[in-house]
Amino acid sequence: MIERVGRGTVRAINAVGRFGHFVGDMVRAVPDVATWGRLTIVQMRRVGVDSLPVALFIAAFTGVVLALQASYTFTGTVPLYFVGTLVGKTMMLELGPVLAGLALAGRVGASMAAELGTMKVTEQVDALETLAYDPQSFLVLPRVIAGTAMFPVIVALAILTGIVTGWVASLVLLDLSTQEFIKGLKLFYRFKDTWFGLFKSATFGFTITLVGCVVGLRTRGGAEGVGRSTTQAVVYSAILLLVLDAFWALVLLR
Amino acid sequence: MIEFQDLHKAFGAKPVLAGLTLEVRDRETLVIIGYSGSGKSVALKHIVGLLHPDAGDVIVDGRAVSTLDGPALTALRREIGFVFQFAALFDSMTVADNVALGLRRRGLAEAEIAERVREALALVDLTGTDERYPAELSGGMRKRVGIARAIALRPRYVLYDEPTTGLDPVTSAVMDRLMVRTREHLGATGVVVTHDMRSAYTVGDRIAMLYEGRIRQVGTVAEIQASEDPVVRQFIEGRPA
Repeated sequence: MIERVGRGTVRAINAVGRFGHFVGDMVRAVPDVATWGRLTIVQMRRVGVDSLPVALFIAAFTGVVLALQASYTFTGTVPLYFVGTLVGKTMMLELGPVLAGLALAGRVGASMAAELGTMKVTEQVDALETLAYDPQSFLVLPRVIAGTAMFPVIVALAILTGIVTGWVASLVLLDLSTQEFIKGLKLFYRFKDTWFGLFKSATFGFTITLVGCVVGLRTRGGAEGVGRSTTQAVVYSAILLLVLDAFWALVLLR
Repeated sequence: MIEFQDLHKAFGAKPVLAGLTLEVRDRETLVIIGYSGSGKSVALKHIVGLLHPDAGDVIVDGRAVSTLDGPALTALRREIGFVFQFAALFDSMTVADNVALGLRRRGLAEAEIAERVREALALVDLTGTDERYPAELSGGMRKRVGIARAIALRPRYVLYDEPTTGLDPVTSAVMDRLMVRTREHLGATGVVVTHDMRSAYTVGDRIAMLYEGRIRQVGTVAEIQASEDPVVRQFIEGRPA
């Protein structure tokens, strides 16, 4: 038992050390703008275009469900225009960033881990090095920068979509007027609601893409290894995303 | 000149190289033969710093590879073309972009890059495939693109990792011819790792047999063919134990 705990501890320390080393290498690659600059634009387009439909789809239905659940909870006790408050606050502070983040952990993180894992096991990463490229500036930085920059944009659109569908659901299904919905939306609004959600989503984007790259580039063992890395990327990203979510709430919302 | 000096490398508890010492002379093509899993590719990867030795080192033109820092290693890699076993082409790029990638890193003008890509593809008989993607090519064509990518850099050294593995005999002979042509065209020093004896006899000036992590015998093609070492004889004749 003690031996198993010891081995697990050593493995965990090694993993943290490797991760720190990886991040250090990534930071050292930052001056190589000539390599990562052009590739980042390509990745931004991929991350943005590939992720938007799934993020908006989730946000659209979340907005409807939030309006209906708020109405169910408030009817007879709280004025119904609070539906707007709940939809707005929840989408901006929590469900917009977190649901989009979890969806994108599956979409973007998995695809990066699979792509880089395949490159690793087919020696394409070695080939890059022999061509005098640093895999950090060619593969990692473009993806991490694209993820960090594009996630807030995707989440902003997801939040907007959720609020719009919540408003439409309120109009059509709850007999709430537009004025009442907007009154509720404005009621406890603070600018912090907006920047908190977007800042949080930038950290989610950084984490998901970084995990995808780390896991992808340490893939071993052919197709089975690529499959394992893909699953690990989704699981680790989702866990870290939820931990980060709690961390930012603790640090920034108290 | 490339020198392997008492090179040791193990993966986990399994030693792969156990004191490999070997010299590759300028402008020769040295073929390293040996059983599958004997460490041939591992030795090759040490030359470009893709693997770090446990002990010993590889010396390239007086530079100990394992001691080179980032910029020095990059400078070394610019003198070496590496042809990978399964070509290692970038799937998302066209043939032309694959061949041009290393040239772009060197900061050449686009016109010169286009000319070098055209020349390299012509040398491997793949003119007209510029806009095709790796997935649209046969295994042999992919390997030839791999050679084109390496020689477009006009390197001083070309390293071939199992260049004929997985190819039919005719395509293997084409690859052998290309390796000979590449050497004549570039005047480069070559190191070829293979277990294909027909290929070894065709392209090699000298042959070295790697066995249990060390060089069992090294000599000219004629010397290896006349070897009386039972291990070498068994291997080159392809006799089961």
